[in-house]
Amino acid sequence: MIFTIEINGQAVTARRGETIFSVLSRTGISVPTLCHLAGFTPTGACRMCVVEVEGKPELVTSCSHQVEEWMKIRTHSPRVMKARKTIVELLLANHPDDCLYCDRAGSCELQYLASELNIKERRYRTRNPSIRIDRDCVSIERDPAKCILCGRCIRVCDEIMGMSAIGIVGRGSKSSIGTSYNKGLNIQACVKCGQCIMVCPTAALKEKSSYNSVIDALNNKDLFPVVQISPGVQGSLAEDLGIKGGRDLQNLLGTALRKMGFRQVFDTSASADLMILDISHQLVRDIKDKKKMPLFTSCCPSWVKFIEEYKPELKEHLFAGKSPMLTTGSWIKDHYAGQMNIEREKIFSVAVMPCTSKKHEIAAGKEKDLHTIDAVLTTRELIRMIRLFGIDFSSLEPENTELGFGIRGSSGRLSGIAGGETEAVIRTFYSEMTGQEMVPGKINELRGLKNRKEVKIKIGRTAYTFASVSGLAAARQLLEEIETGKSEFLMVEVMACPFGCINGGGQRMGTDEKALKSRMKALYDADEEEMIKVAHKNPSILEFIESIR
Amino acid sequence: MEETIEKILRKYPAGKKDSLIPLLQDIQREAGHLSDNSILEVSRYMNIPLNKIYGVASFYDQFKFRKKGRYHLQICHGTACHIYRSSLFQAEIEKTLQVKAGQTTKDGRFSLDVVNCLGACSSAPTLFINETPYGNLTLEHLQKILSEIKDTND
Repeated sequence: MIFTIEINGQAVTARRGETIFSVLSRTGISVPTLCHLAGFTPTGACRMCVVEVEGKPELVTSCSHQVEEWMKIRTHSPRVMKARKTIVELLLANHPDDCLYCDRAGSCELQYLASELNIKERRYRTRNPSIRIDRDCVSIERDPAKCILCGRCIRVCDEIMGMSAIGIVGRGSKSSIGTSYNKGLNIQACVKCGQCIMVCPTAALKEKSSYNSVIDALNNKDLFPVVQISPGVQGSLAEDLGIKGGRDLQNLLGTALRKMGFRQVFDTSASADLMILDISHQLVRDIKDKKKMPLFTSCCPSWVKFIEEYKPELKEHLFAGKSPMLTTGSWIKDHYAGQMNIEREKIFSVAVMPCTSKKHEIAAGKEKDLHTIDAVLTTRELIRMIRLFGIDFSSLEPENTELGFGIRGSSGRLSGIAGGETEAVIRTFYSEMTGQEMVPGKINELRGLKNRKEVKIKIGRTAYTFASVSGLAAARQLLEEIETGKSEFLMVEVMACPFGCINGGGQRMGTDEKALKSRMKALYDADEEEMIKVAHKNPSILEFIESIR
Repeated sequence: MEETIEKILRKYPAGKKDSLIPLLQDIQREAGHLSDNSILEVSRYMNIPLNKIYGVASFYDQFKFRKKGRYHLQICHGTACHIYRSSLFQAEIEKTLQVKAGQTTKDGRFSLDVVNCLGACSSAPTLFINETPYGNLTLEHLQKILSEIKDTND
């Protein structure tokens, strides 16, 4: 039902069931908020979005109240403005004022609001309970002193991931966000996806940084620092550095990284091609051996951790090959080092990933001892480092990135978005099964920003079903369907972060739907333009396989 | 202990969330506190994430997460006891037994909790040691009680 309400003296149409906040956003009236997340259960925790509703004695939180026909709303009355200002002042009462040294300086929502509301002095001061910084986890660091208890991280962990690794602990003024028994984040339930960081308005959550160790390695004359770049990093990087189009960013980035002191730059997507080829081989083998399906992808370390911790019985369904990052990493240390005649130990191998979980991947299991990768940087850390070196992209001359496996194809790059890896595997699998190329190679059912995509494709005489899910909550639901026999798939691709690596936990802060769409488009456009669209036709990969045979 | 928890769990329907608090109360009554192992068992049985159970339990003062001492002291901070300056008595206990409110000594002998009302306001200030109440406390009286339990060999 549509009706008219009054906002700031103007008539506005509203639909029954809508929240006041959504009507306001649609009308172009912006009210500040520190806890609202589009698409999530509203909680009204931060109180910033309060508005005055005529006839109601108290101010109401617009994010959690539905519109009603009689409403006359004032969004910026003196009373509302005063309340908002006081709320921020109270939040600042026990907030550390080390903004100069803070990771989120410039992207902090609290800092932004304090400035927007013209707060110039500390009016209230309370003692900051000394809660220790949680550094237990290899991927994520928590500083409870900077937490404003907005609860966004809890909702993401709960509603998107279904993990509930963190939650509100305690009561009243003593409540905090933490883990059970106040253990650090190095717990079973945390899969290190970093989605909590992406929604944190302050620096209470951030990645465990490898910034310093990388800078040290760049300055160490005895070391030979090299770097690999994940295809998921580029879109986000281009947005932050203000580079349009982003098509030849790869080459510009190669130049920039060499200027920073990296001796060689590799593209991870070449190894993604190799992985796709391997997955396809495995599918063909498994069908022949009549193995129990589905085969799950394993390039997302958060998903792998989830399986190891909660569904160990499904471990044998995981694709056993290495992730593209680790493949490139071992190629660098085992082959490239030999080619260049450098000792293995002297190579300092860095990987730039859109991901916090990759930090966990190199520190977990047998990778810990293999040392194929020495440090993982998130997109955010790389951006900071580019700034540190004062590199101006507008004046850079692009330089061809020499790649670990030579030429990259577009199918490996597609794995940056959920569904892309499946699409790429299907293309190669089709060709292996039928001896013909799939035309067209584009699979619309697997494209777009959706948490779950499925496609049934007739290959030869049989129709096979493939699925792609992102967000572990969606993955859990799919697992349940598989366990109960409700659904059957040949292969299931799982990405822990919603919509895949383009929305990874290591990406630029302030990633919104618009940014995701443009990152997605960049990957699909590249697929249109690239000459090599299928992994099994990437000459460098074939050459590499030949060489190790 | 694990058997006891098994037994308690079986009294409640699996996966029915509204029996969580009575279930936790039962475990605490048996075990004296909620250990992380016992909560993990509850989490598996009820299919509720561990952290959510801890979140619920940590909201209530009645749930304890550490083992009580052999001498468990509860000093009352209710209105009447507060007026009778129970905080002074608390300080005396903390000093003598070397234990802070909410903690248990390393040797497991003493633990101290501050509680909101023990329902014995007429004899404020009130202290409970295990199940034994001590009312109308004076500092001298308290010192005597404390030195007695401190010197017992147990």
